[in-house]
Amino acid sequence: MAEAVPTAHAEPPQFQHHFVDMAAQREASSLGMWVFLVTEVLFFGGMFTAYVVYRASFRHDFEGASNLLDIRLGAFNTAVLIMSSLTMALAVWASAAGRRKLIIPFLLATILLGSVFLGVKFLEYKQKFEHHEVPGAHFVVPEGLAKPSELFFSLYFCMTGLHALHMIIGIGLLSWLILKARRGEFTPQYNTPVDLVGLYWHFVDIVWIFLFPLLYLLGRHTL
Amino acid sequence: MSAEPEVIAPPRRVDYLNVRYGVKSWLLTTDHKRIAILYLISVTFFFAIGGLMAALIRLELLTPEGDIFQSEFYNRIFTTHGVMMVFFFMIPAIPSVLGNFLIPLMIGAKDLAFPRINLLSWYLYIVGALLAFYATVHGGLDTGWTFYTPYSTVYANGWVVLTGVGVFIAGFSSILTGLNFIVTIHTMRAPGMTWGRLPLFCWSMYATGIIQILGTPVIAITLLLVVAERVFHLGIFNPAQGGDPVLYQHLFWFYSHPAVYIMILPAMAVISELITAFSRKPIFGYKFIAASSMAIAGLSFLVWGHHMFVSGQSIYAGLVFSILSFLVAVPSAIKVFNWTATMYRGSVSYQTPMLYAIGFIGLFTFGGLTGLFLASMGLDIHVHDTYFIVAHFHYIMVGGTIMAYLGGLHFWWPKISGKLYPELWSRVSAWIIFIGFNLTFFPQFILGYLGMPRRYHAYPEEFQVLNVLSTAGASILGIGYVIPLVYFFWSMRYGKDASANPWGVTGLEWQTPSPPPTENFPETPIVTNEPYDYLTAAREAAVRG
Amino acid sequence: MSAPGGHGVNAHGGGHPGLKSYFGVFGALMVLTALTVWAAFQHLGVWNTPVALAIAVTKALLVALIFMHLKGSPKLTIFIVVASVLWLAFLILITVSDYATRAWLPIYAR
Repeated sequence: MAEAVPTAHAEPPQFQHHFVDMAAQREASSLGMWVFLVTEVLFFGGMFTAYVVYRASFRHDFEGASNLLDIRLGAFNTAVLIMSSLTMALAVWASAAGRRKLIIPFLLATILLGSVFLGVKFLEYKQKFEHHEVPGAHFVVPEGLAKPSELFFSLYFCMTGLHALHMIIGIGLLSWLILKARRGEFTPQYNTPVDLVGLYWHFVDIVWIFLFPLLYLLGRHTL
Repeated sequence: MSAEPEVIAPPRRVDYLNVRYGVKSWLLTTDHKRIAILYLISVTFFFAIGGLMAALIRLELLTPEGDIFQSEFYNRIFTTHGVMMVFFFMIPAIPSVLGNFLIPLMIGAKDLAFPRINLLSWYLYIVGALLAFYATVHGGLDTGWTFYTPYSTVYANGWVVLTGVGVFIAGFSSILTGLNFIVTIHTMRAPGMTWGRLPLFCWSMYATGIIQILGTPVIAITLLLVVAERVFHLGIFNPAQGGDPVLYQHLFWFYSHPAVYIMILPAMAVISELITAFSRKPIFGYKFIAASSMAIAGLSFLVWGHHMFVSGQSIYAGLVFSILSFLVAVPSAIKVFNWTATMYRGSVSYQTPMLYAIGFIGLFTFGGLTGLFLASMGLDIHVHDTYFIVAHFHYIMVGGTIMAYLGGLHFWWPKISGKLYPELWSRVSAWIIFIGFNLTFFPQFILGYLGMPRRYHAYPEEFQVLNVLSTAGASILGIGYVIPLVYFFWSMRYGKDASANPWGVTGLEWQTPSPPPTENFPETPIVTNEPYDYLTAAREAAVRG
Repeated sequence: MSAPGGHGVNAHGGGHPGLKSYFGVFGALMVLTALTVWAAFQHLGVWNTPVALAIAVTKALLVALIFMHLKGSPKLTIFIVVASVLWLAFLILITVSDYATRAWLPIYAR
C-alpha cells in the first residue's frame, strides 16, 4: 500500500538503505567515530595510568631519563604534527566546501607531514638503540640514574610506539581517501569519510599533545 | 473434459534463512540475523571446549589426591576453562547472539547501524578464538585466566603470548559490538519509539554497550603490555626491573570487574522481557529497571578493588571499594524487586522460558547475596581464593547468565528459526539443569568456607564428600546442556511451524513473520503503544466482547 | 533533516568554523608549544607539572573544539567526550589513591 515517495534518487550514491535517510546515516557515522575515539582514550589511558603511578614512585629516575630524550626532535615533531592537523582540517573544509581541487593537495600535505614525524621518530629510536636505552636484555642504566629508569624507557617506547602505529594507520586511511577523492567521490553532500578520518587524525594529534610534555619535558627544570 | 486440478504449492515465503543459500551467503552476510546465527554456532563450540575443561576439573577433584593430572597440567586446564568461558562464551553470548538478532527488530529498524562492522566483529571474534584455541590444543597456559604478573610475563611456560593476542583481538570484537548497539539505539529507532518506549532488553543492551566501550580498551592495552613485556623483557610489571604487579592487577580488574556486568546485564535484559511476557502484565517499575541498568553500568567501574583486598592494596582504598561494592548491589536488587512485583497478580504461565527466568531470579539473588559477603573486606580476606569465590561467581554466571541465555534462546527460538521446540523436553532439561547446577555449586560454598583453596588439584580428605557431590552435579548439568542442543536441531527439521507471535506477547519483533524477512519489516512500523501494554490489549479485547 | 548545501552538509547540520579559525588555532597551538617548552626549563617547583598539563589541556581543547568541530556538535557528542575523560580520570585517580594512601597505615612506614 505504501506509496513510498522515492527519495532514493535524491540521496547520493553512497546512501546505505538500512538507514531512513542520508541525515540519519551521517548522524550515525559521526556518532560511531566519536564512540570509537572514546575507546581510544581508554586504550592509551591504561598506559597513562602506568606512567602516573611510576613517575610518582620514581620521580628522580623519570626526570633524569626524560632529559636523555632529544627535546629539539620532540618539539620539532610536535610542530610537524600540529601542522598536519591544520592541513587535515583544511582537507575536511575543502571537501565540505566543494573545493574539490584542494582536497588531494591537503591530504597529501598531511601524509607528508605525518611521514616526517615518523621519520624523526625512527631516528630517535635508532639513537636510543645505539645508547643502550632500549629496555630489555641490552639495557644499560644511564649514568647517574638507577634501575627504575628502565621503566621510563619501557613506557616511552610503548606509548610512542602505539602512537606511531596509529599514525601509520592514519597515513593508510589518508591514502585511501586520496584514491576516493581521485574518483571524485567527495561532494558537499557527502564527505563523511574525510570528516571521520579527520576526527581520527586530530585525536592522534591530541594524544601526542599530552605525550610530548609528559615524556620530553618533565625533568627539564632540574637542568 | 475435466482435468485434475493442478495442485500448485503456495509460494514459500522468503525469509532471512532461505533468501539465499550457500556458504558465501553466510560468511559474507551483513544481515544482523545471520550474523547472530554465526555467533550462535561459534559460541556454542567454544562453550563446549570450556565445558570439556570443566569436566576434566571435576573429574580430577573426585579424589583428594592429584592423581589424574600433574599440578601444572591441572593449572592449564582451569586456565583454559576460564579463558574460553569468560572471553569466548560469556562476554559475547547474549549480546552477539540475542542482541544482534533482536535489537533492530525491537526498535523497528532494518539492521544495525553498521552491518559490515557487525560482520567484522564476528571475524575478529573467530580469529581471536582460534588463536586461543590453537594455544589450547598445543598445551595451553597455566597462569589462570587472570594472567597475573610477573608469573605470566616472566616465569610461565606456555602460550601466554598467543592466548593474550587472541583475547586482545576478541576484545575488539566486543568493542565493535557495543559501538554498533549504542549508535543503533541512538539513531535508528522507528518513529514513535521514544526512549520511554524502548524495550527494557534494549535499555540493558545499551548499558552493556557502554561498559564494552569504556572498559574493554583497558584490558586490551594491559594484555598488549603483558605480551610486550614477555617478548621484549620490558619489566613494566616485573619487580626485578622496578615494575609493580599490583599495578597490573589494577589495570586488569578495571575492565574485568565491569566485564562481569557485561555478562549479567544482557541476562537481566532477557529476564525483563521474559517475566513480563509470561506474567501477561506490564513490567512493574519500567523507569526503575531502565535506570538501574544505567546505574549498574556506571557504578560497576568504581568497585574493582574488591578483587584486590589481599594484594597489598591500601586498606583505605579497600574501604572505599568495599562500600561502593555494597552500593552496586542496590540497582540489581531493584531489578529483582521489580520483576517479582511484575509477577504479583499477573497471569503467570510456566512454559520453559519462564522456568529459566524464575530460576534466574532465585539463583542470581542467592549468588548476589554471597557477593555482599565478599564485598565485606573482613570476610573476603578469609574466603579469597577459596571455593567460596568460585561458587559465588558460578551462581551468577551459570545460575544467572546461562539460565537467562537459555531462557532467551527458548523464548525467541520461534522467531529465530520459525519453528517451535518441544515443550516437554525443554521443561525436562530446564529442571535437569536447575538440579544439576545447584548440586554442583552449592557444596562449593561450604567447601570454600571450610577453607578449600581454588585452583588446587588436591585437597584434604575431609573435603571429598562435598567434592563428589559437586562432580555428580556437574555430570547432571552437562546432560542438561546437551538435551537442548539435540532438540533445537531436531526442531529445525521436525518442529511445528511458528506463527508470527506464538506466545501472544507485545513487542515489535513479534509483529513480523517468524522467521523475519531480511529487511525485518515490510514497512517501517510506527509505534503508538507504550511497552508491555497488556492491560490495554486485555481491555480492548474485553470491550470487543 | 538535510541542511542546505552552501558550505557543506555535516552530521550536525551546523556551521563549521571558517578558515580564519583554523589558522588562528594553528597559530595558538604553535605559540603554546613554544610556551610549554620554555616553561619546562623554568624552576616553578611543584607548579611545573600543573603548568605543563594546563597548557596541554588548552591545546587539546583547541584541537577538539575547533579542528574536530566539537563546538557546535550535538550535545550527545560532547557528553560522550566528557564521559571518556571522566572515565580515564576514574582509572587514574582511583588507582593512584591506592598508592597514595598506603602510607597512612603505620605498618608501611618502616
